[in-house]
Amino acid sequence: MSLARTRPGATRAIGVETVGMTKIFGGLTALDDVSIRVASGSFHALLGENGAGKSTLVKCMMGFYQPTRGEMLVNDVQVDVPNPRAATALGIGMVYQHFTLVPSLTAAENLVIARVDTPAVIDWGKERTALNAFLETTPFRVPLDVPVSGLSAGEKQKLEILKQLYLDQRFLILDEPTSVLTPDEADEMLGLLHGMTKAGDLTILMITHKFREVTAYADDVTVLRRGRVVGSGRVEDLSIAEMSRMMIGETDIRESAARTAQPEKKLKLELAGLFADDDEELPAIEAISLKIHAGEILGIAGVSGNGQSELIEVLSGQRLLKDGRIFIDTRPYEPERRQMDRFKVFGFSEEPLRNVAVPRMSVAENMAFRTFDKSPISPFRGWLSPVPMRKKARGLIDAYRVKTPSTEEPIENLSGGNVQRAILARELSGDVDVLIVANPCFGLDFASVAEIRAQIIDQRNKGAAILLVSEDLDEILELADTVAVMSEGRITYQSPMARTDRATIGHAMAGHH
Amino acid sequence: MGDDPGLMTVLLAMFAGAIRVSTPFLFVSLGEMLTEKSGRINLGLEGTLVFGAMSGYAISYHTGSPWLGVLVAGLCGSLFGALHGYLCKLPKVNDIAIGIAMMLFGTGLAFFFGKPYIQPSAPRLPSISFGTWSDHPAVRQALEINPLFLLGIALAIFLWWALKNTRYGLIIRTTGDSAPAALALGIHVDRVRLLSTMAGGFFAGIGGSFLSLYYPGSWTEGLSSGQGLMAVALVIFARWNPIYCFWAALLFGAAGALGPALQSIGISRGYHFFNAAPYILTLLIMIASTSPRRSLKGAPGELSITK
Ligand SMILES: Nc1ncnc2c1ncn2[C@@H]1O[C@H](COP(=O)(O)OP(=O)(O)OP(=O)(O)O)[C@@H](O)[C@H]1O
Ligand SMILES: [Mg+2]
Repeated sequence: MSLARTRPGATRAIGVETVGMTKIFGGLTALDDVSIRVASGSFHALLGENGAGKSTLVKCMMGFYQPTRGEMLVNDVQVDVPNPRAATALGIGMVYQHFTLVPSLTAAENLVIARVDTPAVIDWGKERTALNAFLETTPFRVPLDVPVSGLSAGEKQKLEILKQLYLDQRFLILDEPTSVLTPDEADEMLGLLHGMTKAGDLTILMITHKFREVTAYADDVTVLRRGRVVGSGRVEDLSIAEMSRMMIGETDIRESAARTAQPEKKLKLELAGLFADDDEELPAIEAISLKIHAGEILGIAGVSGNGQSELIEVLSGQRLLKDGRIFIDTRPYEPERRQMDRFKVFGFSEEPLRNVAVPRMSVAENMAFRTFDKSPISPFRGWLSPVPMRKKARGLIDAYRVKTPSTEEPIENLSGGNVQRAILARELSGDVDVLIVANPCFGLDFASVAEIRAQIIDQRNKGAAILLVSEDLDEILELADTVAVMSEGRITYQSPMARTDRATIGHAMAGHH
Repeated sequence: MGDDPGLMTVLLAMFAGAIRVSTPFLFVSLGEMLTEKSGRINLGLEGTLVFGAMSGYAISYHTGSPWLGVLVAGLCGSLFGALHGYLCKLPKVNDIAIGIAMMLFGTGLAFFFGKPYIQPSAPRLPSISFGTWSDHPAVRQALEINPLFLLGIALAIFLWWALKNTRYGLIIRTTGDSAPAALALGIHVDRVRLLSTMAGGFFAGIGGSFLSLYYPGSWTEGLSSGQGLMAVALVIFARWNPIYCFWAALLFGAAGALGPALQSIGISRGYHFFNAAPYILTLLIMIASTSPRRSLKGAPGELSITK
């Protein structure tokens, strides 16, 4: 069994190096001659703006993609990695940007099936004893007998890491491992991993957009930009300003415009006593009543899983309302295409590929979702004309600086940040009266975050009523005019921003009200 | 025993009928369950069933061994499964559309090759008498049970156990629930689905041979009454659990036996209505067990209907 395989010697961690790694997708050079060296037992951070090629680099290291050129060394010996199994055999494991656990299997089943030598008939009694013994050797705690679909994001992420440790992987690649975690969960997890690298048990290569995590936990850092290495060094020798300059060069970060005072308080969007059920037909949101005025950003803070996603789904017409009404300009509103168009309601949310885009349709088609049935894209009823559609898409791609090889690329091939930009372009380019956004900056680099927040403020200043749901309290504090806290499906706290502070909101989020 | 011979007869007839009618349901639904667990829907099992019935009958007629017929029916079923599995792995191919094509293909092929076997009579499957202890002829007759029924129960229990306790079981569930996760584990997703569809086809073929070799017990073109399609509903009702598949098959069997059982005591009014019972049941089950407000609990995440 894999965990019994203890190697003698002081450090069990392994070091990995890439030499001249190049990856070309069609006409796009995603990686250009990238050489990085991750010493054994170190905690190495990989930084870069959206689309810089970070995921592509680690996928080449894992054997998911075959590099066009370049080679890889493990403990200074050249190796071939034709597929992920080969990487696993070398002791290299990866935790992907999305979860790779099997939702309907329990944690124990997920661990056992991940092993190379899963026995044909599994003796659960024996396995469980072995699993418990293994868990004793790690600092992570996860319930073993619950289907993974029932675990929280933090528990899933810990289980992903546990899985790699269980497979005795001594080089761990983490692709934005904390984007789904609360700051506390992230600190707990990274702290534990940091301890394991210090003990020489593990080497870590972590992709992240959060400088805080780099300065707190990493030893070394490498920065990628447009597929090339543009800088690297010891974290202690670099300041955050230097690292961000490496990431984006001398381009300016867009500053948000100042908040303009709104002349009159005009009620725009009103939610009156909304009730809805979750997928198990249990109440998910109860008696949600909110009023949002023109030119106001109402931020809903709360720990994820307290009904926020159900509320967003109700407002975007993806979930049935059990009770309650929605009003816009005091007129009843149903979230359906025609009314969205009439009332100028727009929105976007995290994980756009799952929620608001069709992964295999082209960028141009995805960008035309709001307008494909109107002139000029549809000159006659029922006709679709691709030329104006592409032309419009080209305009939006330029205006919002979406990095894509062409308008015809399937949108799923864009990097995470660029998918987000493409959707943003679609939703914000018209006249917006009501905007519903959920975690808009999820997984974006800091320049894109600044850009998107500036766009949201612009819409506010132009008089849109904005409902912002975010798990990132900093985002709420920065953007919202009014803050509300959602807990167990109810609004438990509400206050104008000027009359509250971080501690009070945090207190309400933790369920004390 | 029996103060009311009429009721007794109906109950006994229902019991015997449920067992007889449920056997093909059981095999087809276990096959469909296994295929769906791996992440594909095979609507072609109706065609597989009909072809299994024909080929089983033909082999039994030519060799004189009904058990060889059952085996060949199963093997033909796996061939259909292999074709389905192969076609589905081609790019831009939808498993449901292929399934419908396979259903028409299977029935068409069976009718084409089956023409010469409509008249002749082939040796049929024997049954085991569990009723020798009773001197009541109706009881004895009701307890004439076909070994395939028992085999089906054993298969259901085995699948239930194997999906939890074997490596292959976990691999099939992984493939059916999340293809990316399976790929990350180095599982050959298409191969697992191909093999699962083949095994599913094998079971469906056996189910078909039961129709022609035991009950009703001859090869005709109207032999199947949509069992292959109803099995899809049955699997959803059974929440992809092999044990529940057994109970659901029994329920469908009982519904199917209602008409003939009532007729056996001379109630023939509403005969056609009672014969429609399984279809009405299918409809009711689909309405009751699906709802736009709720996701299908237990459904494999990779199925094209749940994705
Ligand atoms: N399978 C693919 N086919 C074509 N192009 C691709 C593919 N995968 C990635 N790319 C392109 O390669 C570039 C680098 O993408 P990559 O996913 O590595 O970026 P990233 O640095 O991980 O960005 P993010 O921070 O947004 O996740 C992008 O421009 C992307 O569009
Ligand atoms: Mg990435």
